[in-house]
Amino acid sequence: MATKQLEGFMKYVFMMAALASILAVALICVFLFAGGIPAMIEIGLFDFLLGRQWTPVDTPPSFGILPMVMGSLYVTLGAIVVGVPIGVLTAVFMSHFCPPFLYKVLKPATQLLAGIPSVVYGFFGLVVLVPFVRDHMGLIFGGNGSSIFTASILLGIMILPTIIGVSEAAIRAVPSSYYEGAVALGASHERSVFFAVVPAAKSGILTSVILGIGRAIGETMAVIMVAGNQARMPTGLFRGGRTLTANIVMEMGYAADLHRAALIATGVILFVFILLINLAFTILRRRGRS
Amino acid sequence: MSDHINRQTWADKLRAYRKNPFSAFLFLLVVLSALITFAALLFLIGHILIRGIPHLTPSLFAWEHTSANVSMTHALINTISMVGLALLISGPLGIFSAIYLNEYAKRGSRLMNVVRMTAETLSGIPSIVYGLFGLLFFVTYLGWSFSLLAGAFTLSIMVLPLIMRTTEEALKAVPDSYREGSFALGAGKLRTIFKIVLGSAVPGILAGIILAIGRIVGETAALIYTAGTVAQLPDNVMSSGRTLAIHMWVLASEGMFVNQAYATAVVLLVIVVGINALSGLAAKKLKKG
Repeated sequence: MATKQLEGFMKYVFMMAALASILAVALICVFLFAGGIPAMIEIGLFDFLLGRQWTPVDTPPSFGILPMVMGSLYVTLGAIVVGVPIGVLTAVFMSHFCPPFLYKVLKPATQLLAGIPSVVYGFFGLVVLVPFVRDHMGLIFGGNGSSIFTASILLGIMILPTIIGVSEAAIRAVPSSYYEGAVALGASHERSVFFAVVPAAKSGILTSVILGIGRAIGETMAVIMVAGNQARMPTGLFRGGRTLTANIVMEMGYAADLHRAALIATGVILFVFILLINLAFTILRRRGRS
Repeated sequence: MSDHINRQTWADKLRAYRKNPFSAFLFLLVVLSALITFAALLFLIGHILIRGIPHLTPSLFAWEHTSANVSMTHALINTISMVGLALLISGPLGIFSAIYLNEYAKRGSRLMNVVRMTAETLSGIPSIVYGLFGLLFFVTYLGWSFSLLAGAFTLSIMVLPLIMRTTEEALKAVPDSYREGSFALGAGKLRTIFKIVLGSAVPGILAGIILAIGRIVGETAALIYTAGTVAQLPDNVMSSGRTLAIHMWVLASEGMFVNQAYATAVVLLVIVVGINALSGLAAKKLKKG
């Protein structure tokens, strides 16, 4: 009798635990939107999203986050330009060119790359990449090293493990008959891999790119240490810029009233970006299945 | 033996590449990319270790933190408390919900799909958004102010999907014959889950928990505005304190203690890498066992 009650009771305990993640998402949505949307209304959605001036402590203050939106977009685009070709080609190497003894070393190495905390990446960017860009590129392109270019390189490295892991799995999932067929028709190993196997894995590779975009756009601590963080429209690849994430971290510590609410609204915009990326990811995976 | 017939020597390959320069170009491209990837990793780790290890002085581990010795002892202790607290919350929640999804819920039921979708959403949310939510909900709305507890709750939501997913995979890997055997011997569902299913899924669950520890140790953005950045040993879970990753960030961004920041980075790197290696070992044991 007692065990039967316990059975029933524990079933509800397990169910409650399963509902926790739903509760968490609901709470996150409610608190973010409740904190951010009033500010968007007060500032005016149009002025907030497309305003080019972010001067929260001036009188009168101006809350336009277009510079940060552009900063995030440029930095993410840069990370994709750097990370995707190298990542996908490394995935091709890992799946079709890598001798087994090397693979045993390289596979854990990519996992290691994924495990390094973003502060350590940021610190590395600060002490190695920023001086390098300042001293070697600064002569030609100007700028002080903290730039969208530097952030793109660093983020490009940071998204590599995501791109490599997901792409490699996708490439390995292609039936070997594709490769064998191509080789049987006389194509070289390289041509078979690139023109028969990789195109068949393109939806998986696209998924890896989307996951990489999600990681790059949400990255905070690494970007803040190398991007310069000037709250104005980015003027060039080798000039500084500020991302949405950096905007929140830099000013949340002292912001009050409308300024604080505008920062929360910045978080809402970031959250919406991420939800859109998740949506794209889900649609892509559904299409891949059917 | 047929291997030998089809085997290409390096000379054969070279000849083939000369005939087909485009293939050679593709080959070079692939090798070059792999080289760049692993050179970047080696350079990063090598640079931090070489510059950091000489600065691992005893004063960095002094019990009292002063602005002169920038000791990391308090941050280490805070990190351990943070890991403990966050796991205390997310561990049971994650494991229980995985049990529900795998053992109780009907396959393809609507609740199950919703839970899965929300878990996926959670795993895509950037840590700064978690930090912002923690600030709004735990710190401000619940009035906990900057505290270890607020940080731990924020982090437990963050690692929840990770623990859920790895536990569910580990439970799925337990053959149904185990459950059937247990039922046939007259054990109830609960006893079967706790004595039979969970027992054989332990390595997989452990691998997930260890991965979660790695994420908690390395996390910064979600903690700055929830646990705070005060350099002290907290009196209890309601007071503020910085973890090692935050300590490292403060040192690096202040720019006054670059050598000490290197040394702290070494400690952080060693801990996180060690934790990940441990998780890999646990996962391997699952495959064998």
